[in-house]
Amino acid sequence: MSALWIGVLGTSAIAFALKYTGHSIPEKYLTNPRMLRINTLIPIALLSALVGVQTITEKGKWVIDQRLAGVAVALIALSLKAPYFVVVISAAITSAVLYRL
Amino acid sequence: MSRVNRATATQSLSVSFTVGLYGTAFGAASIAAGFSIPQTCLLSLLTFSGASQFAVVGVMGAGGSALSGIATASLLGIRNGLYGLRMAPILQVRGLKRIVAAQVTIDESTGVSIGQEDLGIDAMKDGFWLTGFGVYLFWNFFTLLGALGAQAMGNPSAWGLDAAVPAAFLGLVWPRLLGKFERVLAASAVVLAIALSPVISAGLPIIATALLAVAFGWKARA
Repeated sequence: MSALWIGVLGTSAIAFALKYTGHSIPEKYLTNPRMLRINTLIPIALLSALVGVQTITEKGKWVIDQRLAGVAVALIALSLKAPYFVVVISAAITSAVLYRL
Repeated sequence: MSRVNRATATQSLSVSFTVGLYGTAFGAASIAAGFSIPQTCLLSLLTFSGASQFAVVGVMGAGGSALSGIATASLLGIRNGLYGLRMAPILQVRGLKRIVAAQVTIDESTGVSIGQEDLGIDAMKDGFWLTGFGVYLFWNFFTLLGALGAQAMGNPSAWGLDAAVPAAFLGLVWPRLLGKFERVLAASAVVLAIALSPVISAGLPIIATALLAVAFGWKARA
């Protein structure tokens, strides 16, 4: 089996196991406020890190290119409270235009 | 499910459609990362968790191993487990129904459900199921569309997809960055992950930022 298939099936199996476990665990566990807080913060840290890595690195190297400009425009759009699709599209257009220049 | 009130139905549908559209970006990103169309569609059908799906294709597309891809995706999937914890007492389901409920337990279904609290427990149940199924439907449909589109369009950079994906992620995390505390954490995570990228293998720099979350959460305001 190729690595990609292992990735697809492994991710799916664990994703379901995590969801199902949540539905099956008695409520009394994991209600500790510190645990709850950490669990809200984990996705924030991970997703932000992903944004950074996808914007500024390529195959383990730092690369500054059109992606950074695109994400910067997305950041501006977000701070102007633009709708979600405008954020994504404006980043795409910025990056595509710079790439083709 | 008895008669669904209009407010709950409208909110469920609009959330489902908006988020579903984002499946196009996933479909295209997955193809760009080197996954096939069947693999891309199976990720949406089986994993059914946007952040985890983007993570596994992002990490493996950047050259990471299957293990680091799965690990990153799974860390991102942990919160679905916590949503399950919250939804179980509301839904009160067992057996096959619990399996179905678990599969559609995501940010959106949980979010809409919690949002119906003032309308009573039936509205909460309706919101969960409608949004869960709605997102599932649209997400999978648009994943296929994005995957087919990506193969037809060639180099993703020429279409700006290379920036659209991180922008899409940024848009996903943005509503959670309202407080200064969260913003500092997010900025630290970005810096740490970028700094670690040339040093440790792909995927691990992202997982490493979970430690930042633990550190921030441990000492944070009570």
